[in-house]
Amino acid sequence: MSMTESRTTANQGKNAVPAVLDIRDVSVLYSGKAAVKNVSCKILKNRITAIIGPSGCGKSTLLRSLNRMNDFVDGVTIEGEILFTDQNLYSSDVDPVEVRRRIGMVFQKPNPFPKSIYNNISWGPGINGYNGSMDELVERSLTQAALWEEVKDRLHESALNLSGGQQQRLCIARALAMEPQVLLMDEPCSALDPISTAHIEDLMFELKSRYTIVIVTHNMQQAARISDFTAFMEMGNLIEFGETDQIFTRPNIKRTEEYVTGRFG
Amino acid sequence: MAFSSEREKLNLRKRHARARGFAFLCALVTWSSVLILGILLFQVCIDGFGWLDWEFINSFPSRFPDRAGIKSALVGTMWLISLVAAISIPVGVSTALYLEEFAAKGRLSKLIEVNIANLAGVPSIVYGILGLAVFVRYFALGRSLISGALTMSLLILPIIIIASREAIRTVPMSIRYAALSLGATRWQTTWAHVLPASFPGIMTGVILSLSRAIGETAPIIMIGALTFVAFLPAGPMDSFTVLSIQIYNWVARPQPEFHDLAAAGIIVLLAVLLLMNATAIYIRSKTERRLK
Ligand SMILES: Nc1ncnc2c1ncn2[C@@H]1O[C@H](COP(=O)(O)OP(=O)(O)OP(=O)(O)O)[C@@H](O)[C@H]1O
Ligand SMILES: [Mg+2]
Repeated sequence: MSMTESRTTANQGKNAVPAVLDIRDVSVLYSGKAAVKNVSCKILKNRITAIIGPSGCGKSTLLRSLNRMNDFVDGVTIEGEILFTDQNLYSSDVDPVEVRRRIGMVFQKPNPFPKSIYNNISWGPGINGYNGSMDELVERSLTQAALWEEVKDRLHESALNLSGGQQQRLCIARALAMEPQVLLMDEPCSALDPISTAHIEDLMFELKSRYTIVIVTHNMQQAARISDFTAFMEMGNLIEFGETDQIFTRPNIKRTEEYVTGRFG
Repeated sequence: MAFSSEREKLNLRKRHARARGFAFLCALVTWSSVLILGILLFQVCIDGFGWLDWEFINSFPSRFPDRAGIKSALVGTMWLISLVAAISIPVGVSTALYLEEFAAKGRLSKLIEVNIANLAGVPSIVYGILGLAVFVRYFALGRSLISGALTMSLLILPIIIIASREAIRTVPMSIRYAALSLGATRWQTTWAHVLPASFPGIMTGVILSLSRAIGETAPIIMIGALTFVAFLPAGPMDSFTVLSIQIYNWVARPQPEFHDLAAAGIIVLLAVLLLMNATAIYIRSKTERRLK
């Protein structure tokens, strides 16, 4: 544990809310080429933080660095530190497996396992030594993901028979079953129709009380609707970070204004 | 039709004609090879069917054609294939998994890949020579089933590895990421998701290469399997013969009766191959259904 002072209390919110993730001067390089450059910001507890910015600006890269999914990319190097409840995720005594167990992820394309709905949920807790009632956990996770009613009679059917929107909610349920502290979502609605998208947005509101959520989105309305904080990135740089209201109505930086109002180019 | 001009119509007709011509050519090639195969099979069946009965299957070889059978060769083949499978499947699949899932993708792994591909093209007799030098002589395993099985395993390992790697590569990365993001280790991800998803493909490669091993004669002759075996092998250290050698041996005899026996032997060999392929298809369809 690094003994830094009460920096866990951020001044971003009006009320002092503790930061779950403290990103400090983080750069991510792919084979020496920087995709994320010296980004610093704090992800507050029980808040939804949206990352927006043009394609290729490093949103996914930054998101993946938060649960060490970047480790699987060949030739990646990460500089700076990311403090997760005061522990640097990248210090040598941290086991990345443990990081991913605590910080869950939902991907852009729904990626259920080619197994039954039940096994999709139960596998993660199973391998991590969960020893409560698995049936209850499955029901609870699916309920949290607003999927239970639709699938409760077909839990042992293949997850691949579900619709795209249902699959994505299954992936959210799968991540929730691990009871993570943070949920990272990389454009979770980009493959979904407006109704499924609305479903998932409602869901995020519900989940906010228990989880901290970071979402990458290309959809300005979505970011404005659901997030408490917004980070605007461009070419690997964090251009502006602040409360969503402020970013969308009175941004401090011209580029941000141009981007959120669609006069970008 | 009104919406295309004469010139366009002519062009379209030409394109259709070309497509038909190409389809015809493909069909011609396909059917002529099927025909040749059919004639061969037909000939074999005419020669061999008369000899094919339980006695033929249940008798040891003999100097007298009407008393000769393939019992020892059939049992030898079963033994050999079981041993080859027991050796080559774990080694081959583990190697493929290691190369695909664990080894750093660099120059070294590229080099290994090229080498394995080259090994798949080495003539089988070379493996026979290697087997003779290494297993029969150096390890003093003698002209035994285990020497034969080890040699055959070397022969088919490259094929198993290449086929398994291909199968493993078809498993989408997103499945791996899903597992890893749940706090799974590499090994848990591989064992629970990558292996089951690539299983049908791996099975196909394995069965194809085992079929090849059944038909191979040269390396087995090289390491010195016997041609006249009037006993059944009882363990991996026993000497043995296999179907292909028995067939080869009968064909080499001057008496025409033995040639017919060879034909009957070929039918048995084909039946074994057919059985193996059917098993593979069955397992595949079963596991594929489970995955879907
Ligand atoms: N695995 C990788 N290897 C090398 N370069 C990569 C890799 N992944 C991303 N990059 C590069 O890093 C930069 C940022 O990519 P990233 O995927 O983070 O962008 P993004 O903001 O998520 O874009 P999008 O909105 O299109 O998803 C891009 O220039 C991209 O080409
Ligand atoms: Mg992205």
